Amino acid sequence: MPAATEQEKELIARILAGETNLFHELVRPYEKLVYVTVFTMLRNEAEAEDAAQDVMISAFRHLKGFRGDAKFSTWLVTIAMNEARQRLRRAKLVPQDSLEEMIAEKEGDFTPAVLTDWREIPSAALEKKELRLKLREAVDHLPPLYREVLVLRDLEELNQVETAAALGISINLVKVRLHRARMMLQKLLAPYLKTAVPARKGFFGRFFG
Amino acid sequence: MKLECKHVWEHISEYLDHQLDAALLTDIENHLENCEVCSAILDSTRNILVLTADDRTYELPVGYSERLHKRLERILREGTTSPEKPV
Repeated sequence: MPAATEQEKELIARILAGETNLFHELVRPYEKLVYVTVFTMLRNEAEAEDAAQDVMISAFRHLKGFRGDAKFSTWLVTIAMNEARQRLRRAKLVPQDSLEEMIAEKEGDFTPAVLTDWREIPSAALEKKELRLKLREAVDHLPPLYREVLVLRDLEELNQVETAAALGISINLVKVRLHRARMMLQKLLAPYLKTAVPARKGFFGRFFG
Repeated sequence: MKLECKHVWEHISEYLDHQLDAALLTDIENHLENCEVCSAILDSTRNILVLTADDRTYELPVGYSERLHKRLERILREGTTSPEKPV
C-alpha cells in the first residue's frame, strides 16, 4: 500500500504541533476527490457540498488518527464514503443489501449491451456537456451498493483491499459488485454512445479524422 | 478450451484489472481474436470507464473551494481536538 508522501507527513506533523493553518494546504489537492465521492453517492449538489465540508472538518479533527502508512487521499476518500453512507442511511435511501441485490439479480442487469463493433470515443469528446451529463446520469442509475464500489475503484482508484476496508465488505464482494457495476454502466451507456457519437459527422466526428 | 461468449462476459472486469490466471487469459484472448461481439463489449466497457473516470466528467460547483476554506478557517482556529473517536 503506498504511503503518504513525505511532504504530507511533514505537513501533518506541523498541523498537529499547532500550525493548524497548514491544513488548507494539506487538503487543497483533494478537494475534488472528496466532493466527487460524496456527490456520486448523494446525487445532490448542495448536500454534497455540505457533506464534503463535513468530511474535511472531520479529517482535521481526527488527523491524529491518520496512520502514515496509508495514502492520505485514501484515508480522505474513506471518510467521505462513510459520510455519504451515513447521510443516505439517515434519509433511508439505502434499501437492505440483500433486497437490493435480489432486485438487481432479477432484472438481470449483469449482461452487457451486445454490440458488434466499437469505435473508440476519445476523451476530447468530454468537452461536450451533454456527454458528461449522460455519463453522470448513468452512474446515478446504479443501485448504491454497486455505485459505491465503482466510485471507489474506478473513479477514486482505490485498490481492492482499500475498497473492501472502506466499505466493510470482503474483497470477493468488491470484485463481484464491481463487475456488475461495470456491466450495468456498459449496458446503460454503450447503445447511447454508439448512436449519439457518430463516427463521421457532427461534433465528435472531428476527433475521428 | 473453447469459451462461450457468456463465459467471457463474466470475466471482463477481471480482464480489465489484469487479474485472470494465465490459462483463462489465453482462452479469453483467443476468443476475443475471433469474436467481434466480445471485443466490442470489452472495448466499449474499457472506453466507458475511461470517460467516466476522466477529471472533466464531474465538476466542482462554482465557488466551492472558497466556501470550503472559509468554513475550515473557523474550525482551524479551534485547533485539533482529541482523537479518541475513531473516524
